[in-house]
Amino acid sequence: MNIFEVMWTNRNQVLQLTIEHIFLVGVSMAIALAIGLPVGILMTRKPRLSRPVLVFANVVQTIPSLALFGFLIPIPFIGGIGARTAIVALVLYSLLPIIRNTFTGISGVDPAIREAGRGMGMTDNQLLWQVELPLAMGVIFAGIRIATVVAVGVATIAAAVGAGGLGMFIFRGVSMVDSRLILAGAIPAAVLALAADVGLGAVEKRLGRI
Amino acid sequence: MDSTIAFRNVRYTVAGGRNLVHDISFELERNETVVILGRSGSGKTTTLKLINRLLDPTAGEVFVEGKSTGEWDPIRLRRHIGYVIQDAGLFPHFTVERNIALVPSLESWTGERIRSRVHEMLELVGLPPADFAKRFPRQLSGGERQRVGVARALAADPPILLLDEPFGALDPITRSEIQKEFRDLQKRLEKTIVFVTHDVREAFLLGKRIGLMKDGKLLALLPAGDFRKLDHPEAKAFVESYS
Repeated sequence: MNIFEVMWTNRNQVLQLTIEHIFLVGVSMAIALAIGLPVGILMTRKPRLSRPVLVFANVVQTIPSLALFGFLIPIPFIGGIGARTAIVALVLYSLLPIIRNTFTGISGVDPAIREAGRGMGMTDNQLLWQVELPLAMGVIFAGIRIATVVAVGVATIAAAVGAGGLGMFIFRGVSMVDSRLILAGAIPAAVLALAADVGLGAVEKRLGRI
Repeated sequence: MDSTIAFRNVRYTVAGGRNLVHDISFELERNETVVILGRSGSGKTTTLKLINRLLDPTAGEVFVEGKSTGEWDPIRLRRHIGYVIQDAGLFPHFTVERNIALVPSLESWTGERIRSRVHEMLELVGLPPADFAKRFPRQLSGGERQRVGVARALAADPPILLLDEPFGALDPITRSEIQKEFRDLQKRLEKTIVFVTHDVREAFLLGKRIGLMKDGKLLALLPAGDFRKLDHPEAKAFVESYS
């Protein structure tokens, strides 16, 4: 059997694991955005916060993903075996690009434009929503796209902590020394990553037109 | 007090103790235009920002319409004062129309009223609305951008106008055209205007009175006609650069 026949005979499982994978990445990204965007914005308002937060996010990023999953398992409430641990780890990984790009995107807005806005009597909120966020949108979206693509890849490791996803095929393939099984997990994961990137690019274009 | 803007012993000090503005006092009557002339770093921009409370004085008080800026709500104060800066500071993601509509829409005017006001402003600065309303700032020349900047500052009809080297980045020919247009505009509008520049030609053209600043101090504030007679090396340096 070649790789495509392997995927076809296991099509139900490929589909189910792909859905699990999308669920892991989707939930993690939603949480990472809900934390990362406000934190990035807050850092532009309280510059003293920016260093410690960026250091924390950087340190998390340097922990090897398998090790991070391992660290989380014994921690009560957020750890254990299953999807929850995987989601916590994925959120931690996604935070850095989102926070950093939100912060640098807003900080990069031309100070003259910000000053003009303030001088015309815009409140801080009006300046943020009408000027800073729209102008920083490209940079923020670049961060979200990087975070999503990385999360699709890292989520394959979630299978090691029993969270399911396309990593199941990969780990099984590794232990059985069957490269076809590895590919049965890796190919859909790669397609997912590309699709997510293209999809987010389309969303960005739509938002840009407003 | 019936002056529109008044400075009383105003000092502005930055961290480190350097005085950007040093014990300045002066008054502006209603509908008067004062040009503040000075080199870069003389404190003229700082002086301007003390009026619309982008900066708060370290010592002394600035009064706008008889009320200390410290007592004004900064947002109300700024919407009461038109503000034009170099390169216009237009929002690049807004059309010309939305840029000009900024303060009226912040003030929740109705859509109809905003539209007619924007068109009126575009006509006023000599840009046909049909041609310009839907353009973005990057699709304008430097002179057109600056005209839009003036239109934006005037949109909510503020009684006071602050201009910070508004025409400084323009080429000499466009600059002299737009200066003349502005002078005509100035005659038609009843506004109290503070105009900051390093261009002595501009000061003579637009100012009823000229204030000379150097190293954070206001050396003199006198009618434009008397400026040439001023016996101060800085004033002489400026007058010489004029010829």
